[in-house]
Order: sequence, then structure tokens, then C-alpha cells
Amino acid sequence: MSAQAPSRTDLLLAIADDELVLGWRNSEWTGIAPFLEEDVAFSSIAQGEIGHARAFYELAATELGTTADALAFDRRPDEYRCAPLVELRFVPDWARTIARHYLYETADAIRIAGVKESEWDELAGLAAKVEREEVYHLMHAQMWADRLAASTDGRRHFDEAVTELWPYALGLLEGEERERLAETVGREPVDAVERGAHTDELVPLWDEMTMVRRSAPGAEW
Amino acid sequence: MAAPRTEEEFREHVQAGGLVETADWMPDDYRAKLTKFIEMHGNSELMGVLPEREWILRAPTLQRKLALTAKVQDEVGHAQLIYRVVEDLGKPRERCLEDLVSGKTKFHNVFHYPTKTWGDVGVIAWLIDAAAIISQKALLKCSYAPYARIMKKICWEESFHILHGRDVVLAMVTGTDEQRGLVQEAIDRWWGPLMTFHGNQTPFDEDPMIEWRIKSQANEDARQRFLDGYVPQIWELGLTVPDPELGKDEETGVWQYSEPDWDELRHVVTGNGPRTAERLELRRISREETAWVRDVVLAEAA
Amino acid sequence: MIYEVFRQEREGQPLQHGGSLEAPNAAFAEAYAREFYGRRNESTTLWIIPRDAVAEVEEPYVADVFDRDYRRVDGYSIKVKLKEARERAGALAD
Repeated sequence: MSAQAPSRTDLLLAIADDELVLGWRNSEWTGIAPFLEEDVAFSSIAQGEIGHARAFYELAATELGTTADALAFDRRPDEYRCAPLVELRFVPDWARTIARHYLYETADAIRIAGVKESEWDELAGLAAKVEREEVYHLMHAQMWADRLAASTDGRRHFDEAVTELWPYALGLLEGEERERLAETVGREPVDAVERGAHTDELVPLWDEMTMVRRSAPGAEW
Repeated sequence: MAAPRTEEEFREHVQAGGLVETADWMPDDYRAKLTKFIEMHGNSELMGVLPEREWILRAPTLQRKLALTAKVQDEVGHAQLIYRVVEDLGKPRERCLEDLVSGKTKFHNVFHYPTKTWGDVGVIAWLIDAAAIISQKALLKCSYAPYARIMKKICWEESFHILHGRDVVLAMVTGTDEQRGLVQEAIDRWWGPLMTFHGNQTPFDEDPMIEWRIKSQANEDARQRFLDGYVPQIWELGLTVPDPELGKDEETGVWQYSEPDWDELRHVVTGNGPRTAERLELRRISREETAWVRDVVLAEAA
Repeated sequence: MIYEVFRQEREGQPLQHGGSLEAPNAAFAEAYAREFYGRRNESTTLWIIPRDAVAEVEEPYVADVFDRDYRRVDGYSIKVKLKEARERAGALAD
């Protein structure tokens, strides 16, 4: 399988899986975020990501003759194409959560800008739609990055987390998009934690997210 | 009309339907009872997110995942709206949360119980939210106007939750026998807590909350409204209610039911429910772990 | 910091107080106002105002010490005068 060039649905599933798994991770904050106003805001971001995942899966599903839900839930963990960055479980660590949010949204903006130029019209159109919402995610991430950077303590928490996650963030993108990311966040490129191998955190997440669905295979919920 | 200046005038004012705003003079007893009542409501919204939150990660389809996350998000939003009202009455949010996790203040009985299956998710959103909306709709007439005003938004959002809950339940009762079984089991488990949800049968004119028109609906009236609205809906789906005495007296229109377990209610709301300690501990830990964020970010004039 | 949020439900309607929220600064307040009062598209306009910037006018009326009936409807007895004017007009026409 690795010898083959990735198909267009493989690329699409990589984006969809990133959005799905990150959305799942971010939704772990719903109900326990640092303060109530942020709880509501961050939950919308998680919902936004799941919504985008669904849209990407729907497009892939028309190619593959399946459904968005089947793609989201009914594959084995090793079949997911998400990057390790999105798999990591961070609750209750807000610093790493925001660092990942900032890195992911910055990288995603670069990626989506590229996908908008796709020759696959449906995908390009979908990317343009997704971008309209991702703008708010990026604004939110930037607002947090700025606010944390405005105090010594906040900056320390944030910088440490960004440094730790930086190799993972590079793994979201390919080729020259990595340089664009490095430029945007003002860091030197390093060896990326590549997409392909999964972290140990994916299987427990998969177990939980598919638990109800697996309990009655084929049932409607 | 002159603003009330004495406790007597104030009582007359609110009993005649008069409203109170934050900056108005109010008797200490009114402020104390009001604050306690609203704070417990805020606590309940906040603690109410925890039983369902556990299932956000397990939702079986993308649509359910989104709907459940949005529901829990709404509850957090309600907690924010309600605690803001409490804060303006003089008790800061941080103190409300401290008192909550230390067990000094209470939260609603239903949020002390475990959620065991996806069936619970449907039954909670459908029936617990229905019971809650009955109480909350009556609060639209609360004498304390800032509280009554936010109740409009809260009731509007709760109506989506009932839809979501009913939809989850309908999908399951039309599904496999196992799925249907999960719904029935959930109703069986939640029925007891639901019957005590609206509180004991304190007569209308002996309820201190009614004297100040903080509440204007007697507990038993709320329970009757709930039974009247929802028992037929449960039966209609071929589901049963675990109370052989339950039935409507056709002549009086009053629902009869077995005596609810008031001892259990007292036991649970005083901090001894099956999940009380665990949920308060989760609140305490997550507050502790994120305290630095509030310090850094919410610090005034930073 | 506490921000007061005002919202307009539909175009053409007045802005009304929606509620208040706590936010570190105006950027956060804006994001939170959008979440709290716009996540179901329920507002067409939102204003956020730091609570400190709102001053309450203590006596929101002008004390009616002397008669100011010329500012009110009951200060004008149109009916009686109109009747008289019509009668006179009628008499003139005769």
C-alpha cells in the first residue's frame, strides 16, 4: 500500500480525520474549560471541526460508496490517516490545548488555501466554505496566543507547549507548506513527527468513540 | 409609584406582581433567599453538564455528537447566565464555585446519578429537560426581573434539548430490541429521581419562595404538569413507567402515584448521591488545574 | 472585566440588553458575545460595552413639581373646543 501514490480520497481522508480527531479531543473540554465563557466558545470550535470532518467525509463517501458516519466510526484505528498532533490527549492542560489549537489552525489555514486550488471542483468548493468558518477558529487561537504572551507566566506556559508540539505541527503539512508554517509562527523547521504512525493515544480514543456504535453493529442511532 | 422602603411594602409590591431590579432596595431576607435559590440553579446547570459530558466522546453518529455537544454547551451557557445574576446580587462566581465543590451549596438531585448507557442520554434530554423546562417556564414570572429575563433565553434553548432527546429515544425504540431495552431501562432508573425532581408537596402558601414570588408555581403543580405532558408520550411509544399506582383520575384530572422516596431525595441532595463525590472531585480538579489560566487571563487591567 | 451585551433580533428593531459576560478584553468579549448571542443566528447586531462605561441616570424622570400638563395628552382638551369650533362654523355657513 505504501508503494502506491496516495489517491485523492486518501488526501481528503487525512484532512477529515485530522478535523474529526481534533474535534473529538477539543470536545473533551466542553463542561470543564477554564471559565464559563471560554467553555462555550471552545465547544463551538470543537463542533466546527466535527462539522468540517463530516463535510469532508461526505465528499469522500460519494467516491467510496459509503457514508460519512461509516468513515468516521467504522474503520479500524490503523486505517485512520490523522496526524499524531491531533491524537494527543491534553485535558486538563490548557496551555498545550491552546498551543495545539494555535499551531493546528495556523497550519490548517495554509493547507486549506492550497486545497482551494484543487482541480477537484467539489473539494475546492468545500475548502472555500470551510475556510469561512476556520477564520473564526484562527482568530480565536490568535487571541489566546496574544493574551497568554502578554504576561510572563502565560508566555512561559504557552512557549513551552509550542516548543514541545512544534515537530508534531510540522507533521500536519507536506513539502513547502512546512516552510510556510515555520515562517508564519516564526520558528525554525525541525524533524517532523510524520503522519502514518499513530500515537498510543489513538486506540483508547477510538475505543471510546466507537463504543456505543459497536454495541449494535448496523443499527440506526 | 413610590419604591418600596420597608419589608412590608416590598412584600406587597412583589405579591401584587411588582418587579425588582438589581439596584433596587430589597429586604435582606429576600436577597438571601433569592441568591441561594438562583445559585442552586446555577450549580445545577453546571453539575448537570457532567453526566452527559461523559457521553460526548461516545456519541454513535456525527449528528448525535454535534447535538449532544451543543446541548452540553447550552447548559454551560445557562450556568454562565445564572451565575452572572448571582454575581450582580453580590456573590462572586469564584465563591459560588468554591462553595459548590466544598459541598457547602447544593445542586439538583438528578445530577447526582450515574449515566449508564446511551439510553440515559436520550431519557435525560427528553424527560429531565422536560421537567426542568416546567420549573423554568414558571420562573419567567419571578419577581426578580434580571433572573426572569434570562429565563427566556434558557427556556428557548431547552426546547431544542427536548427535541434532541425525543429524537434519540425514537431512533432507539424503533431500532433493535437491545436499543429499545436501553430506553426502557433508563426510564426505569430515572423515574424515581424524576418524581422527586420538583420537590416535596409543600403547600403553596407555606413555601417561602412563593411568599416573595421568587417562585410562583407550587412543587406539586409542576409535577402534575410534567406527568400530564409526558406520561402519555411515554406510553404512546409502548414504554412503561415503573409505578403500578400511576394513573390519572379522570374525574379530578389529578395524577395519582406511589409516594416518592423523599428520604432518598434528602440523602442525595445533601451530598450522598451515587456520583456526588466523584463529580465534585472532577470539578475541583479541573478548577485547580486551570486556575493559572484565570489568574493570567482574567486579571484586571492586565 | 464585565461587558454588557446589546442585541438586535431582527433588522429594524431596537437594540435591547441581552446580558453580560466576563472577558479579559474587547477581543475576547466580541468572540464571547458572538457565541452567547449569535450561535443560533439569533441576533443581527451585537454591541458590547464595558460595564464601567455605562452610567445609570439616578432619577430617570423630571420631577413634576409644577404643573407640566403642556407636555402631556391630558393637557389638551381638544374635544370640547373642537365641538365648539364646529358649531360656530356651522352657524356661519347658515
